[in-house]
Amino acid sequence: MLTVNNIEVVYSDVILVLRGISLKVEPGQIVALLGANGAGKSTTLKAISGLLLRENGAVTRGSIEFEGRRLDKLPAEEITRLGIAQVLEGRRLFQHLTAEENLLTGSLVRPNNRSEIKESLERVYAYFPPLVKLRHRTAGYLSGGEQQMVAIGRALMARPRLLLLDEPSLGLAPLLVQTIFAMIRQYNHESGVSMLLVEQNAHVALQTAEYAYVMENGRIVLDGPAEQLAQNADIKEFYLGLTAVGERKSYRDVKHYKRRKRWLG
Amino acid sequence: MNWQLLPQFAITGLLNGGPIALMALGIVLVFKSSEVFNFAHGQMLLIGAMAAWWFASPEGMGLPLWAAIIAALAVSVLLGLAIERLTLRPMTGQPLLSIILMTLALGQFLQGLTIFVFGTTQRNFPVIFSVTNPYRITLPLTYNDNPIVVVLRQNLVWSFVIAMICVIVLVLFFQYTRTGLAMRATAENHETAQSVGIRINHVFGISWAIAGVIAAISGILIATASGLDLSLSIVVLAAFPAVLLGGLESIPGAVLGGLIVGLAQGLVGLPNNSFFMGPAAAQAIRNSAEIVPYILLLIVLVIRPDGLFGQKRIERV
Ligand SMILES: Nc1ncnc2c1ncn2[C@@H]1O[C@H](COP(=O)(O)OP(=O)(O)O)[C@@H](O)[C@H]1O
Ligand SMILES: [Mg+2]
Repeated sequence: MLTVNNIEVVYSDVILVLRGISLKVEPGQIVALLGANGAGKSTTLKAISGLLLRENGAVTRGSIEFEGRRLDKLPAEEITRLGIAQVLEGRRLFQHLTAEENLLTGSLVRPNNRSEIKESLERVYAYFPPLVKLRHRTAGYLSGGEQQMVAIGRALMARPRLLLLDEPSLGLAPLLVQTIFAMIRQYNHESGVSMLLVEQNAHVALQTAEYAYVMENGRIVLDGPAEQLAQNADIKEFYLGLTAVGERKSYRDVKHYKRRKRWLG
Repeated sequence: MNWQLLPQFAITGLLNGGPIALMALGIVLVFKSSEVFNFAHGQMLLIGAMAAWWFASPEGMGLPLWAAIIAALAVSVLLGLAIERLTLRPMTGQPLLSIILMTLALGQFLQGLTIFVFGTTQRNFPVIFSVTNPYRITLPLTYNDNPIVVVLRQNLVWSFVIAMICVIVLVLFFQYTRTGLAMRATAENHETAQSVGIRINHVFGISWAIAGVIAAISGILIATASGLDLSLSIVVLAAFPAVLLGGLESIPGAVLGGLIVGLAQGLVGLPNNSFFMGPAAAQAIRNSAEIVPYILLLIVLVIRPDGLFGQKRIERV
Protein backbone atom coordinates (compact mmCIF):
# COMPACT_ATOMS: atom_id res chain seq x y z
CA MET A 1 0.00 0.00 0.00
CA LEU A 2 2.73 2.45 1.04
CA THR A 3 6.25 1.82 -0.10
CA VAL A 4 9.11 4.09 0.87
CA ASN A 5 12.00 3.12 -1.29
CA ASN A 6 15.49 4.09 -0.17
CA ILE A 7 14.81 7.82 0.21
CA GLU A 8 17.33 10.46 1.01
CA VAL A 9 16.12 13.80 2.39
CA VAL A 10 18.06 17.03 2.40
CA TYR A 11 17.04 20.27 4.16
CA SER A 12 18.13 23.61 2.72
CA ASP A 13 20.11 21.83 -0.01
CA VAL A 14 22.90 20.86 2.38
CA ILE A 15 21.65 19.16 5.56
CA LEU A 16 21.39 15.46 4.84
CA VAL A 17 18.88 14.06 7.35
CA LEU A 18 17.62 10.78 5.89
CA ARG A 19 20.25 8.49 4.42
CA GLY A 20 18.32 5.81 2.61
CA ILE A 21 15.11 4.89 4.41
CA SER A 22 12.97 2.03 3.15
CA LEU A 23 9.77 0.83 4.71
CA LYS A 24 6.45 -0.71 3.81
CA VAL A 25 2.93 -0.49 5.18
CA GLU A 26 0.51 -3.21 4.06
CA PRO A 27 -3.27 -2.72 3.92
CA GLY A 28 -4.84 -2.83 7.37
CA GLN A 29 -1.48 -2.90 9.12
CA ILE A 30 -0.22 -0.72 11.96
CA VAL A 31 3.49 -0.12 11.48
CA ALA A 32 5.58 1.64 14.10
CA LEU A 33 8.60 3.80 13.39
CA LEU A 34 10.71 4.11 16.53
CA GLY A 35 13.75 6.14 17.33
CA ALA A 36 15.27 8.69 19.65
CA ASN A 37 14.78 12.42 19.35
CA GLY A 38 16.37 13.74 16.17
CA ALA A 39 16.59 10.35 14.46
CA GLY A 40 14.55 11.61 11.52
CA LYS A 41 11.14 10.11 12.25
CA SER A 42 9.15 13.28 11.66
CA THR A 43 11.19 13.98 8.56
CA THR A 44 10.21 10.57 7.20
CA LEU A 45 6.52 11.33 7.81
CA LYS A 46 6.85 14.78 6.22
CA ALA A 47 8.50 13.24 3.19
CA ILE A 48 5.46 10.99 2.80
CA SER A 49 2.90 13.71 3.46
CA GLY A 50 4.55 16.35 1.30
CA LEU A 51 4.97 18.85 4.13
CA LEU A 52 8.73 18.74 3.61
CA LEU A 53 8.43 21.27 0.82
CA ARG A 54 7.21 23.91 3.26
CA GLU A 55 10.35 23.50 5.33
CA ASN A 56 12.73 23.80 2.44
CA GLY A 57 13.36 20.07 2.46
CA ALA A 58 13.43 17.73 -0.51
CA VAL A 59 13.57 14.05 -1.32
CA THR A 60 16.79 13.87 -3.30
CA ARG A 61 16.91 10.15 -3.93
CA GLY A 62 14.55 7.18 -3.86
CA SER A 63 10.79 7.15 -4.26
CA ILE A 64 7.56 7.03 -2.28
CA GLU A 65 4.59 5.15 -3.67
CA PHE A 66 1.04 4.96 -2.36
CA GLU A 67 -1.29 2.48 -4.03
CA GLY A 68 0.99 2.52 -7.05
CA ARG A 69 1.21 6.35 -7.34
CA ARG A 70 4.38 8.34 -6.88
CA LEU A 71 3.96 10.83 -4.04
CA ASP A 72 7.31 12.51 -3.87
CA LYS A 73 6.49 15.35 -6.26
CA LEU A 74 2.96 16.13 -5.09
CA PRO A 75 2.02 19.04 -2.79
CA ALA A 76 0.76 18.19 0.70
CA GLU A 77 -2.91 18.97 0.09
CA GLU A 78 -3.08 16.65 -2.91
CA ILE A 79 -1.46 13.83 -0.96
CA THR A 80 -4.10 14.21 1.75
CA ARG A 81 -6.74 14.07 -0.96
CA LEU A 82 -5.36 10.73 -2.16
CA GLY A 83 -6.38 9.22 1.19
CA ILE A 84 -3.45 9.83 3.53
CA ALA A 85 -4.48 11.73 6.65
CA GLN A 86 -1.99 12.85 9.25
CA VAL A 87 -1.82 13.82 12.87
CA LEU A 88 1.09 16.21 13.08
CA GLU A 89 3.56 16.27 15.93
CA GLY A 90 2.32 18.43 18.78
CA ARG A 91 -1.37 18.07 17.77
CA ARG A 92 -1.62 21.21 15.73
CA LEU A 93 -5.23 22.32 15.85
CA PHE A 94 -6.89 25.40 14.43
CA GLN A 95 -6.77 27.06 17.80
CA HIS A 96 -9.48 29.66 17.36
CA LEU A 97 -11.97 27.25 15.82
CA THR A 98 -14.17 25.11 18.02
CA ALA A 99 -13.46 21.43 18.58
CA GLU A 100 -16.26 20.47 16.22
CA GLU A 101 -15.16 22.93 13.53
CA ASN A 102 -11.71 21.39 13.75
CA LEU A 103 -13.23 17.97 13.20
CA LEU A 104 -15.21 19.30 10.24
CA THR A 105 -12.10 20.70 8.55
CA GLY A 106 -11.02 17.07 8.27
CA SER A 107 -14.06 16.34 6.12
CA LEU A 108 -13.39 19.16 3.64
CA VAL A 109 -11.62 16.71 1.32
CA ARG A 110 -14.79 14.64 1.06
CA PRO A 111 -17.80 15.30 -1.15
CA ASN A 112 -20.31 17.61 0.49
CA ASN A 113 -22.73 15.01 1.76
CA ARG A 114 -24.24 16.30 4.97
CA SER A 115 -25.68 13.07 6.29
CA GLU A 116 -22.49 11.10 5.68
CA ILE A 117 -20.38 13.77 7.33
CA LYS A 118 -22.72 13.91 10.29
CA GLU A 119 -22.43 10.15 10.58
CA SER A 120 -18.64 10.34 10.65
CA LEU A 121 -18.83 13.06 13.26
CA GLU A 122 -21.02 10.87 15.48
CA ARG A 123 -18.56 8.06 14.95
CA VAL A 124 -15.65 10.22 16.15
CA TYR A 125 -17.68 11.22 19.21
CA ALA A 126 -18.35 7.55 19.87
CA TYR A 127 -14.61 6.89 19.88
CA PHE A 128 -13.87 9.95 22.01
CA PRO A 129 -16.86 10.47 24.32
CA PRO A 130 -15.21 13.34 26.24
CA LEU A 131 -15.38 15.46 23.08
CA VAL A 132 -19.17 15.49 22.99
CA LYS A 133 -19.39 18.01 25.79
CA LEU A 134 -16.48 20.04 24.43
CA ARG A 135 -17.67 20.29 20.84
CA HIS A 136 -18.37 24.02 20.99
CA ARG A 137 -15.26 24.95 22.99
CA THR A 138 -12.43 26.87 21.39
CA ALA A 139 -9.84 24.23 20.54
CA GLY A 140 -6.89 26.23 21.83
CA TYR A 141 -8.20 26.09 25.36
CA LEU A 142 -8.65 22.32 25.52
CA SER A 143 -6.23 20.19 27.55
CA GLY A 144 -3.40 18.33 25.82
CA GLY A 145 -5.25 15.03 25.84
CA GLU A 146 -8.45 16.59 24.54
CA GLN A 147 -6.51 18.32 21.79
CA GLN A 148 -4.92 15.03 20.79
CA MET A 149 -8.37 13.47 20.55
CA VAL A 150 -9.53 16.31 18.31
CA ALA A 151 -6.39 16.01 16.17
CA ILE A 152 -6.91 12.27 15.67
CA GLY A 153 -10.64 12.73 15.17
CA ARG A 154 -9.98 15.40 12.55
CA ALA A 155 -7.74 12.99 10.63
CA LEU A 156 -10.40 10.27 10.84
CA MET A 157 -13.02 12.67 9.45
CA ALA A 158 -11.18 12.50 6.13
CA ARG A 159 -11.92 8.74 6.01
CA PRO A 160 -8.32 8.02 5.08
CA ARG A 161 -6.95 4.68 3.91
CA LEU A 162 -3.62 5.45 5.55
CA LEU A 163 -3.18 7.40 8.76
CA LEU A 164 0.16 8.96 9.71
CA LEU A 165 0.56 9.60 13.44
CA ASP A 166 3.50 11.61 14.77
CA GLU A 167 4.10 10.92 18.47
CA PRO A 168 0.50 10.89 19.69
CA SER A 169 1.78 10.09 23.20
CA LEU A 170 3.94 13.20 23.44
CA GLY A 171 3.37 15.10 26.67
CA LEU A 172 0.38 13.05 27.77
CA ALA A 173 -0.15 11.35 31.14
CA PRO A 174 0.35 7.55 31.02
CA LEU A 175 -3.31 6.79 31.54
CA LEU A 176 -4.30 9.04 28.64
CA VAL A 177 -1.67 7.43 26.46
CA GLN A 178 -3.28 4.07 27.16
CA THR A 179 -6.73 5.42 26.33
CA ILE A 180 -5.62 6.98 23.08
CA PHE A 181 -3.71 3.92 21.94
CA ALA A 182 -6.61 1.66 22.83
CA MET A 183 -8.73 3.81 20.56
CA ILE A 184 -6.14 3.69 17.79
CA ARG A 185 -6.12 -0.13 17.97
CA GLN A 186 -9.89 -0.29 18.02
CA TYR A 187 -10.25 2.00 15.04
CA ASN A 188 -7.71 0.01 13.06
CA HIS A 189 -9.51 -3.18 13.96
CA GLU A 190 -12.96 -1.89 13.04
CA SER A 191 -12.20 0.09 9.92
CA GLY A 192 -9.11 -1.63 8.58
CA VAL A 193 -7.26 1.67 8.09
CA SER A 194 -3.50 1.27 7.75
CA MET A 195 -1.38 3.33 10.10
CA LEU A 196 2.19 4.47 10.26
CA LEU A 197 2.86 5.33 13.87
CA VAL A 198 5.91 7.35 14.87
CA GLU A 199 6.83 7.06 18.53
CA GLN A 200 9.56 7.55 21.07
CA ASN A 201 7.46 5.59 23.50
CA ALA A 202 8.50 2.19 22.18
CA HIS A 203 6.63 0.35 24.87
CA VAL A 204 3.15 1.41 23.86
CA ALA A 205 4.02 1.50 20.17
CA LEU A 206 5.18 -2.12 20.17
CA GLN A 207 1.98 -3.14 21.94
CA THR A 208 -0.03 -1.49 19.21
CA ALA A 209 1.86 -2.20 16.01
CA GLU A 210 2.17 -5.36 14.02
CA TYR A 211 5.53 -4.50 12.54
CA ALA A 212 8.16 -1.96 13.57
CA TYR A 213 11.22 -0.17 12.28
CA VAL A 214 13.88 1.43 14.46
CA MET A 215 15.65 4.54 13.18
CA GLU A 216 18.88 6.12 14.19
CA ASN A 217 20.69 9.03 12.54
CA GLY A 218 18.56 8.92 9.44
CA ARG A 219 18.85 5.18 8.87
CA ILE A 220 16.77 2.16 9.67
CA VAL A 221 18.90 0.09 12.01
CA LEU A 222 16.49 -2.67 12.89
CA ASP A 223 13.10 -3.95 11.82
CA GLY A 224 10.84 -6.89 12.46
CA PRO A 225 7.48 -8.02 13.79
CA ALA A 226 6.56 -6.00 16.87
CA GLU A 227 6.50 -8.92 19.32
CA GLN A 228 9.91 -9.97 18.16
CA LEU A 229 11.33 -6.47 18.60
CA ALA A 230 9.77 -6.21 22.02
CA GLN A 231 11.94 -9.21 22.97
CA ASN A 232 15.07 -7.80 21.38
CA ALA A 233 17.76 -7.07 23.97
CA ASP A 234 18.77 -3.75 22.44
CA ILE A 235 15.24 -2.45 22.26
CA LYS A 236 14.70 -3.49 25.81
CA GLU A 237 17.72 -1.56 26.94
CA PHE A 238 17.29 1.60 24.95
CA TYR A 239 13.61 2.06 24.56
CA LEU A 240 11.95 0.04 27.24
CA GLY A 241 14.63 0.76 29.82
CA LEU A 242 14.76 -2.86 30.95
CA THR A 243 17.66 -5.24 31.50
CA ALA A 244 17.57 -8.93 30.80
CA VAL A 245 16.20 -9.64 34.23
CA GLY A 246 13.36 -7.24 33.62
CA GLU A 247 14.45 -4.49 35.96
CA ARG A 248 14.76 -0.84 35.24
CA LYS A 249 18.38 -0.09 34.54
CA SER A 250 20.24 2.98 35.58
CA TYR A 251 21.40 5.31 32.85
CA ARG A 252 25.07 4.78 33.57
CA ASP A 253 24.95 1.07 32.90
CA VAL A 254 23.63 1.41 29.39
CA LYS A 255 26.52 1.23 27.00
CA HIS A 256 25.07 3.68 24.50
CA TYR A 257 28.14 4.07 22.45
CA LYS A 258 28.82 0.42 21.86
CA ARG A 259 25.26 -0.46 21.00
CA ARG A 260 24.86 2.37 18.56
CA LYS A 261 28.04 1.46 16.87
CA ARG A 262 26.86 -2.04 16.25
CA TRP A 263 23.58 -0.86 14.78
CA LEU A 264 25.25 1.52 12.47
CA GLY A 265 27.82 -0.98 11.33
CA MET B 1 -20.53 73.65 21.65
CA ASN B 2 -23.48 73.37 19.37
CA TRP B 3 -25.38 70.68 21.22
CA GLN B 4 -28.46 70.56 19.04
CA LEU B 5 -26.28 69.71 16.04
CA LEU B 6 -24.47 66.89 17.82
CA PRO B 7 -26.97 64.14 16.89
CA GLN B 8 -26.98 65.24 13.27
CA PHE B 9 -23.20 65.10 12.95
CA ALA B 10 -22.84 61.95 15.00
CA ILE B 11 -25.42 60.01 13.00
CA THR B 12 -24.13 61.28 9.67
CA GLY B 13 -20.64 60.29 10.69
CA LEU B 14 -21.70 56.84 11.85
CA LEU B 15 -23.58 56.18 8.61
CA ASN B 16 -20.56 57.36 6.63
CA GLY B 17 -18.67 54.73 8.55
CA GLY B 18 -20.59 51.98 6.74
CA PRO B 19 -18.64 52.12 3.46
CA ILE B 20 -15.43 52.71 5.43
CA ALA B 21 -16.16 49.51 7.36
CA LEU B 22 -16.73 47.68 4.09
CA MET B 23 -13.38 48.84 2.74
CA ALA B 24 -11.69 47.82 5.97
CA LEU B 25 -13.34 44.41 5.72
CA GLY B 26 -11.90 43.89 2.24
CA ILE B 27 -8.40 44.56 3.52
CA VAL B 28 -8.83 42.38 6.61
CA LEU B 29 -10.15 39.50 4.54
CA VAL B 30 -7.04 39.32 2.41
CA PHE B 31 -4.81 39.87 5.40
CA LYS B 32 -6.43 37.09 7.39
CA SER B 33 -6.10 34.50 4.68
CA SER B 34 -2.71 35.34 3.22
CA GLU B 35 -1.08 37.70 5.77
CA VAL B 36 -0.66 40.25 3.00
CA PHE B 37 -1.66 43.85 3.68
CA ASN B 38 -3.19 44.87 0.38
CA PHE B 39 -2.16 48.41 -0.47
CA ALA B 40 -3.87 48.04 -3.84
CA HIS B 41 -7.34 47.89 -2.30
CA GLY B 42 -8.04 51.53 -3.18
CA GLN B 43 -7.31 50.84 -6.83
CA MET B 44 -9.61 47.83 -6.72
CA LEU B 45 -12.30 50.26 -5.53
CA LEU B 46 -11.51 52.59 -8.39
CA ILE B 47 -11.56 49.89 -11.05
CA GLY B 48 -14.83 48.41 -9.75
CA ALA B 49 -16.54 51.80 -9.85
CA MET B 50 -15.01 52.70 -13.24
CA ALA B 51 -16.19 49.41 -14.68
CA ALA B 52 -19.73 50.04 -13.38
CA TRP B 53 -19.65 53.51 -14.89
CA TRP B 54 -18.41 52.18 -18.24
CA PHE B 55 -21.01 49.43 -18.44
CA ALA B 56 -23.80 51.89 -17.58
CA SER B 57 -22.69 54.96 -19.50
CA PRO B 58 -23.84 55.67 -23.06
CA GLU B 59 -20.14 56.34 -23.77
CA GLY B 60 -19.53 52.72 -22.83
CA MET B 61 -21.94 49.81 -23.05
CA GLY B 62 -25.10 51.67 -22.07
CA LEU B 63 -26.46 48.78 -20.01
CA PRO B 64 -29.22 49.31 -17.46
CA LEU B 65 -27.75 50.23 -14.09
CA TRP B 66 -28.46 46.92 -12.37
CA ALA B 67 -26.84 44.99 -15.22
CA ALA B 68 -23.89 47.37 -15.22
CA ILE B 69 -23.36 46.79 -11.50
CA ILE B 70 -23.49 43.02 -11.88
CA ALA B 71 -21.06 43.21 -14.79
CA ALA B 72 -18.73 45.40 -12.71
CA LEU B 73 -18.86 42.90 -9.85
CA ALA B 74 -17.95 40.13 -12.31
CA VAL B 75 -15.01 42.19 -13.56
CA SER B 76 -13.92 42.68 -9.95
CA VAL B 77 -14.02 38.94 -9.28
CA LEU B 78 -11.79 38.39 -12.29
CA LEU B 79 -9.50 41.21 -11.20
CA GLY B 80 -9.14 39.67 -7.71
CA LEU B 81 -8.45 36.23 -9.14
CA ALA B 82 -5.97 37.64 -11.63
CA ILE B 83 -4.09 39.56 -8.96
CA GLU B 84 -3.78 36.43 -6.84
CA ARG B 85 -2.77 34.20 -9.71
CA LEU B 86 -0.44 36.53 -11.59
CA THR B 87 1.22 38.56 -8.86
CA LEU B 88 0.91 36.77 -5.52
CA ARG B 89 1.30 33.13 -6.37
CA PRO B 90 4.61 33.58 -8.18
CA MET B 91 5.84 35.29 -5.02
CA THR B 92 4.95 32.40 -2.70
CA GLY B 93 7.86 31.79 -0.36
CA GLN B 94 9.27 35.30 -0.74
CA PRO B 95 9.56 37.46 2.37
CA LEU B 96 6.19 38.88 3.37
CA LEU B 97 7.53 42.41 3.17
CA SER B 98 8.39 41.95 -0.51
CA ILE B 99 4.87 40.77 -1.20
CA ILE B 100 3.37 43.73 0.66
CA LEU B 101 5.59 46.16 -1.24
CA MET B 102 4.52 44.40 -4.40
CA THR B 103 0.87 45.29 -3.62
CA LEU B 104 1.97 48.90 -3.29
CA ALA B 105 3.53 48.74 -6.74
CA LEU B 106 0.49 46.88 -8.05
CA GLY B 107 -1.70 49.73 -6.80
CA GLN B 108 0.37 52.22 -8.80
CA PHE B 109 0.19 49.97 -11.83
CA LEU B 110 -3.59 49.66 -11.59
CA GLN B 111 -3.90 53.41 -11.14
CA GLY B 112 -1.84 53.93 -14.27
CA LEU B 113 -3.87 51.34 -16.13
CA THR B 114 -7.07 53.15 -15.18
CA ILE B 115 -5.68 56.42 -16.49
CA PHE B 116 -4.61 54.68 -19.68
CA VAL B 117 -8.02 53.15 -20.26
CA PHE B 118 -10.41 55.77 -18.90
CA GLY B 119 -8.40 58.98 -18.85
CA THR B 120 -8.38 61.46 -16.01
CA THR B 121 -11.69 63.23 -16.48
CA GLN B 122 -14.27 63.40 -13.73
CA ARG B 123 -17.21 61.11 -14.54
CA ASN B 124 -20.83 61.55 -13.58
CA PHE B 125 -21.63 58.34 -11.87
CA PRO B 126 -25.28 57.30 -12.29
CA VAL B 127 -27.50 58.32 -9.40
CA ILE B 128 -28.68 55.25 -7.55
CA PHE B 129 -30.56 56.81 -4.63
CA SER B 130 -32.80 59.86 -4.82
CA VAL B 131 -30.92 63.06 -4.03
CA THR B 132 -33.98 65.24 -3.61
CA ASN B 133 -35.90 63.58 -0.80
CA PRO B 134 -33.76 63.29 2.29
CA TYR B 135 -35.14 61.40 5.26
CA ARG B 136 -36.17 63.59 8.19
CA ILE B 137 -36.13 61.82 11.50
CA THR B 138 -37.39 63.40 14.68
CA LEU B 139 -35.40 62.11 17.61
CA PRO B 140 -37.08 61.59 21.00
CA LEU B 141 -34.89 64.40 22.30
CA THR B 142 -35.46 68.10 22.76
CA TYR B 143 -33.16 71.10 22.94
CA ASN B 144 -34.61 74.29 24.44
CA ASP B 145 -38.02 72.61 24.08
CA ASN B 146 -37.51 72.16 20.33
CA PRO B 147 -37.48 68.55 19.09
CA ILE B 148 -34.23 67.57 17.47
CA VAL B 149 -34.60 66.60 13.82
CA VAL B 150 -31.86 64.95 11.83
CA VAL B 151 -31.84 65.18 8.06
CA LEU B 152 -30.22 62.26 6.28
CA ARG B 153 -29.59 61.94 2.58
CA GLN B 154 -31.04 58.71 1.17
CA ASN B 155 -27.66 57.96 -0.20
CA LEU B 156 -26.11 57.97 3.22
CA VAL B 157 -28.72 55.71 4.74
CA TRP B 158 -28.81 53.17 1.95
CA SER B 159 -25.04 53.01 1.56
CA PHE B 160 -24.87 52.17 5.22
CA VAL B 161 -27.59 49.54 4.94
CA ILE B 162 -25.96 47.92 1.91
CA ALA B 163 -22.56 47.91 3.58
CA MET B 164 -24.01 46.24 6.66
CA ILE B 165 -25.86 43.67 4.57
CA CYS B 166 -22.57 42.80 2.88
CA VAL B 167 -20.95 42.39 6.29
CA ILE B 168 -23.73 40.12 7.52
CA VAL B 169 -23.71 38.01 4.35
CA LEU B 170 -19.96 37.55 4.66
CA VAL B 171 -20.12 36.62 8.31
CA LEU B 172 -22.81 34.02 7.59
CA PHE B 173 -20.73 32.73 4.69
CA PHE B 174 -17.67 32.26 6.91
CA GLN B 175 -19.67 30.68 9.69
CA TYR B 176 -21.92 28.30 7.80
CA THR B 177 -20.34 27.20 4.53
CA ARG B 178 -17.60 24.70 3.83
CA THR B 179 -15.65 27.26 1.85
CA GLY B 180 -15.98 29.65 4.79
CA LEU B 181 -14.62 26.99 7.13
CA ALA B 182 -11.71 26.32 4.78
CA MET B 183 -10.99 30.05 4.74
CA ARG B 184 -11.04 30.34 8.51
CA ALA B 185 -8.79 27.30 8.84
CA THR B 186 -6.35 28.72 6.32
CA ALA B 187 -6.37 32.02 8.19
CA GLU B 188 -5.15 30.20 11.29
CA ASN B 189 -2.28 28.22 9.85
CA HIS B 190 -1.30 27.51 6.27
CA GLU B 191 0.67 24.35 6.97
CA THR B 192 -2.01 22.76 9.10
CA ALA B 193 -4.62 23.72 6.51
CA GLN B 194 -2.62 21.98 3.79
CA SER B 195 -2.18 18.96 5.99
CA VAL B 196 -5.95 18.50 6.17
CA GLY B 197 -6.12 18.78 2.40
CA ILE B 198 -7.23 22.40 1.97
CA ARG B 199 -5.96 23.87 -1.30
CA ILE B 200 -4.72 27.11 0.15
CA ASN B 201 -4.05 28.65 -3.24
CA HIS B 202 -7.76 28.30 -3.99
CA VAL B 203 -8.54 29.92 -0.66
CA PHE B 204 -6.26 32.87 -1.46
CA GLY B 205 -7.96 33.22 -4.85
CA ILE B 206 -11.40 33.21 -3.26
CA SER B 207 -10.31 35.80 -0.68
CA TRP B 208 -9.05 38.12 -3.40
CA ALA B 209 -12.18 37.60 -5.46
CA ILE B 210 -14.39 38.49 -2.48
CA ALA B 211 -12.14 41.45 -1.70
CA GLY B 212 -12.61 42.56 -5.31
CA VAL B 213 -16.39 42.36 -5.01
CA ILE B 214 -16.62 44.29 -1.79
CA ALA B 215 -14.11 46.83 -3.07
CA ALA B 216 -16.33 47.36 -6.11
CA ILE B 217 -19.44 47.71 -3.92
CA SER B 218 -17.77 50.29 -1.69
CA GLY B 219 -16.40 52.06 -4.76
CA ILE B 220 -19.85 52.24 -6.36
CA LEU B 221 -21.46 53.47 -3.13
CA ILE B 222 -18.90 56.21 -2.75
CA ALA B 223 -18.92 57.15 -6.44
CA THR B 224 -22.69 57.51 -6.57
CA ALA B 225 -22.49 59.87 -3.59
CA SER B 226 -19.56 62.02 -4.58
CA GLY B 227 -18.77 61.48 -8.23
CA LEU B 228 -16.09 59.38 -9.86
CA ASP B 229 -12.51 60.29 -10.63
CA LEU B 230 -9.06 58.92 -9.91
CA SER B 231 -9.08 60.23 -6.35
CA LEU B 232 -11.50 57.44 -5.43
CA SER B 233 -8.50 55.22 -4.79
CA ILE B 234 -7.36 57.55 -2.02
CA VAL B 235 -10.62 57.24 -0.12
CA VAL B 236 -9.23 53.99 1.20
CA LEU B 237 -6.90 56.03 3.42
CA ALA B 238 -9.84 56.32 5.81
CA ALA B 239 -10.04 52.53 5.97
CA PHE B 240 -6.40 51.89 6.92
CA PRO B 241 -6.78 53.30 10.42
CA ALA B 242 -10.09 51.42 10.71
CA VAL B 243 -8.27 48.18 9.93
CA LEU B 244 -5.58 48.87 12.49
CA LEU B 245 -8.06 50.09 15.09
CA GLY B 246 -9.91 46.82 14.73
CA GLY B 247 -6.76 44.79 15.19
CA LEU B 248 -5.89 43.80 11.60
CA GLU B 249 -7.31 40.29 11.77
CA SER B 250 -10.74 40.79 13.21
CA ILE B 251 -13.88 41.08 11.12
CA PRO B 252 -16.00 42.64 13.88
CA GLY B 253 -12.96 44.80 14.61
CA ALA B 254 -12.83 46.07 11.03
CA VAL B 255 -16.52 46.89 11.06
CA LEU B 256 -16.36 48.65 14.40
CA GLY B 257 -13.16 50.41 13.36
CA GLY B 258 -14.93 51.71 10.25
CA LEU B 259 -17.86 53.00 12.25
CA ILE B 260 -15.57 54.65 14.79
CA VAL B 261 -13.59 56.37 12.06
CA GLY B 262 -16.82 57.59 10.46
CA LEU B 263 -18.11 58.83 13.79
CA ALA B 264 -14.86 60.62 14.58
CA GLN B 265 -14.82 62.30 11.19
CA GLY B 266 -18.45 63.34 11.70
CA LEU B 267 -17.83 64.78 15.14
CA VAL B 268 -14.88 66.94 14.15
CA GLY B 269 -17.08 68.41 11.46
CA LEU B 270 -19.27 69.88 14.18
CA PRO B 271 -19.33 73.70 13.94
CA ASN B 272 -17.86 75.64 16.88
CA ASN B 273 -16.42 72.50 18.29
CA SER B 274 -14.37 74.38 20.86
CA PHE B 275 -15.33 72.13 23.71
CA PHE B 276 -11.92 70.54 24.13
CA MET B 277 -9.70 72.97 22.27
CA GLY B 278 -9.45 76.49 21.05
CA PRO B 279 -11.56 77.51 18.04
CA ALA B 280 -8.47 77.83 15.84
CA ALA B 281 -7.35 74.28 16.58
CA ALA B 282 -10.87 72.98 16.06
CA GLN B 283 -11.03 74.70 12.70
CA ALA B 284 -7.68 73.24 11.69
CA ILE B 285 -8.80 69.73 12.53
CA ARG B 286 -12.11 70.17 10.76
CA ASN B 287 -10.30 71.20 7.63
CA SER B 288 -8.48 67.93 7.60
CA ALA B 289 -10.97 65.25 8.53
CA GLU B 290 -8.65 62.68 6.94
CA ILE B 291 -6.16 63.18 9.72
CA VAL B 292 -8.56 62.54 12.57
CA PRO B 293 -8.70 58.77 12.15
CA TYR B 294 -4.93 58.64 12.33
CA ILE B 295 -4.80 60.75 15.47
CA LEU B 296 -7.39 58.43 16.97
CA LEU B 297 -5.36 55.45 15.82
CA LEU B 298 -2.21 56.73 17.50
CA ILE B 299 -4.04 57.17 20.77
CA VAL B 300 -5.62 53.72 20.62
CA LEU B 301 -2.42 51.95 19.66
CA VAL B 302 -0.53 53.55 22.50
CA ILE B 303 -3.09 52.18 24.93
CA ARG B 304 -3.79 48.87 23.14
CA PRO B 305 -1.00 47.88 20.77
CA ASP B 306 -3.04 44.99 19.30
CA GLY B 307 -5.92 47.27 18.37
CA LEU B 308 -9.35 47.10 19.89
CA PHE B 309 -10.06 43.57 18.68
CA GLY B 310 -6.60 42.13 18.12
CA GLN B 311 -6.97 38.37 18.08
CA LYS B 312 -5.93 36.91 21.37
CA ARG B 313 -3.01 34.58 20.88
CA ILE B 314 -3.77 31.35 22.63
CA GLU B 315 -0.62 30.50 24.49
CA ARG B 316 -1.31 27.13 26.06
CA VAL B 317 -0.09 24.06 24.26
N1 LIG C 1 13.50 22.27 8.72
C1 LIG C 1 14.69 21.69 9.05
N2 LIG C 1 15.83 22.23 8.58
C2 LIG C 1 17.01 21.67 8.90
N3 LIG C 1 17.16 20.59 9.67
C3 LIG C 1 16.05 20.02 10.18
C4 LIG C 1 14.76 20.54 9.89
N4 LIG C 1 13.83 19.77 10.51
C5 LIG C 1 14.53 18.80 11.15
N5 LIG C 1 15.85 18.94 10.96
C6 LIG C 1 16.92 18.07 11.50
O1 LIG C 1 16.68 16.77 11.04
C7 LIG C 1 16.96 15.83 12.04
C8 LIG C 1 15.78 14.92 12.22
O2 LIG C 1 14.69 15.65 12.74
P1 LIG C 1 13.24 15.00 12.96
O3 LIG C 1 12.84 14.33 11.71
O4 LIG C 1 12.35 16.05 13.48
O5 LIG C 1 13.55 13.93 14.07
P2 LIG C 1 12.56 13.15 15.05
O6 LIG C 1 11.16 13.40 14.61
O7 LIG C 1 12.97 11.73 14.92
O8 LIG C 1 12.82 13.68 16.41
C9 LIG C 1 17.34 16.60 13.30
O9 LIG C 1 18.73 16.61 13.41
C10 LIG C 1 16.83 17.99 13.00
O10 LIG C 1 17.66 18.95 13.61
MG1 LIG D 1 9.64 14.29 15.62
